[in-house]
Amino acid sequence: MSFSDRVRGIYKKQIQDITDAGLFKQERFIHSAQAADIEVEFPAGAPQKKVINMCANNYLGLSSHPEVVKAAHAGLDSRGYGMSSVRFICGTQDIHRELEEKVTKFLGTEATILFPSCMDANAGVFEAVLTKDDVMISDRLVHASIIDGMRLCGAMQDTFKHSNTEHLEEKLALHADKRVRLVITDGVFSMDGDTAKLDEMVALCRKYDASLFVDDSHATGFIGKTGRGTHEKCGVVGEIDIITTTFGKALGGASGGCVSGRRELVELCRQRARPYLFSNTIAPVVVSGVLRVLDILSQSTERRDKLETNTAYWRKGLSEAGFILKEGDTPIVPVMLFNAKLSQDVSRDLFAEGIYAVGFFFPVVAQGQARIRTQISAGHEIHHLDRALDAFKKVGKKHNILGKTKQEITEMYGA
Amino acid sequence: MDEMQKVILEYVKNEYLEDDDDDLNPDTPLISSGIVDSFSMVSLKRFLENKYKISIPDDKATPQAFDSVNKIIALVKQFAK
Repeated sequence: MSFSDRVRGIYKKQIQDITDAGLFKQERFIHSAQAADIEVEFPAGAPQKKVINMCANNYLGLSSHPEVVKAAHAGLDSRGYGMSSVRFICGTQDIHRELEEKVTKFLGTEATILFPSCMDANAGVFEAVLTKDDVMISDRLVHASIIDGMRLCGAMQDTFKHSNTEHLEEKLALHADKRVRLVITDGVFSMDGDTAKLDEMVALCRKYDASLFVDDSHATGFIGKTGRGTHEKCGVVGEIDIITTTFGKALGGASGGCVSGRRELVELCRQRARPYLFSNTIAPVVVSGVLRVLDILSQSTERRDKLETNTAYWRKGLSEAGFILKEGDTPIVPVMLFNAKLSQDVSRDLFAEGIYAVGFFFPVVAQGQARIRTQISAGHEIHHLDRALDAFKKVGKKHNILGKTKQEITEMYGA
Repeated sequence: MDEMQKVILEYVKNEYLEDDDDDLNPDTPLISSGIVDSFSMVSLKRFLENKYKISIPDDKATPQAFDSVNKIIALVKQFAK
């Protein structure tokens, strides 16, 4: 039987439930290359509108950089479009090896293995290196892809309170009998923009003979003085056993990810990680682009320095205007609104003012913690940020939230 | 409230609640309400096993059996000598 009315009804009902709960996600169609200035069709069929993009992971403004595009073109010409094979059959080119070596050098690790995405890296790594005799102890706010990877792994699962190293220490002591203890955290947390205390975590891992895993997807390329990542910021380069990261954000933003770290762990991923074994790797055109990105970042810190300056300017402007921000110094700057509907209304009004910034609410963030997550880029100029600030102030004034406390906002709009 | 209730309630509060003001009683749903996620159940099981010198088989350590302090106590008593 094909897709009967009864079966279709089951799925229609689920989609209706998502819609009724206000959780239906609609895509906005961008008719230009990814950049600070984009042309957006939203809702579908509406005329195109020029807006400033304040919600891309394009932290270094490299997604459409002419040198990266040129390198990708050259890679397409010299190495072709696709590989039509997984890595271990006939899907490995010289440039895949070259990229793995360059990433290793850039991150200051021992070895690197590419994955089709960082989601795949996180889905495959735990099962490849851990067994039922081991334990994974993760921060409670790690990214969804890590949670999926942990679910696929037979090792025991436990958690510690977000960024709470005292609680982590209790857990390390509790699991002292396990063969391997793997502590798991994001480097920069994607929803709050705060940074893991990797220096303290490395010290604890040494004390309890534990290993440390860091997903640095929102850090690689720009956090730390030379943009190596959270481990550079915390002074622990060479001390992280497993780093996973993405090429889909700051490093050109196309796709692909990797596991980088201890030689033996990377080798086990090459032998066992299922997304690596059963899926094509990154296409040659993307590999060529990322190689150029790493060259650009190794030659100069100009782009990450500009990002740092832009971020400080943006945070200061929003704070002075009277918005409540999540504390931090990363380019993820959450503007707290607490109420889910308010976050959607503010996002809609900002769009009308030519600013593209998305509202996040439960279940993406905790109940009562709705927000607009803004993300700053080295591709922004001060005039972009000034225009965005004007729009935020106008919309903030309309909703009467400027200079208000959390309590005042939740009294007006509900938690 | 007996001693076991006090000990387990205190552990659950310290372990899972982020805010000291949150209220919790022996019948508060823990897992179905989202206070304890399924990943975090493991430390609760290990705590109970260490504290009461028992072994809870994995197939008995279900989300339903861990869904309130009173249900946990019933489980512990089932395996205590």
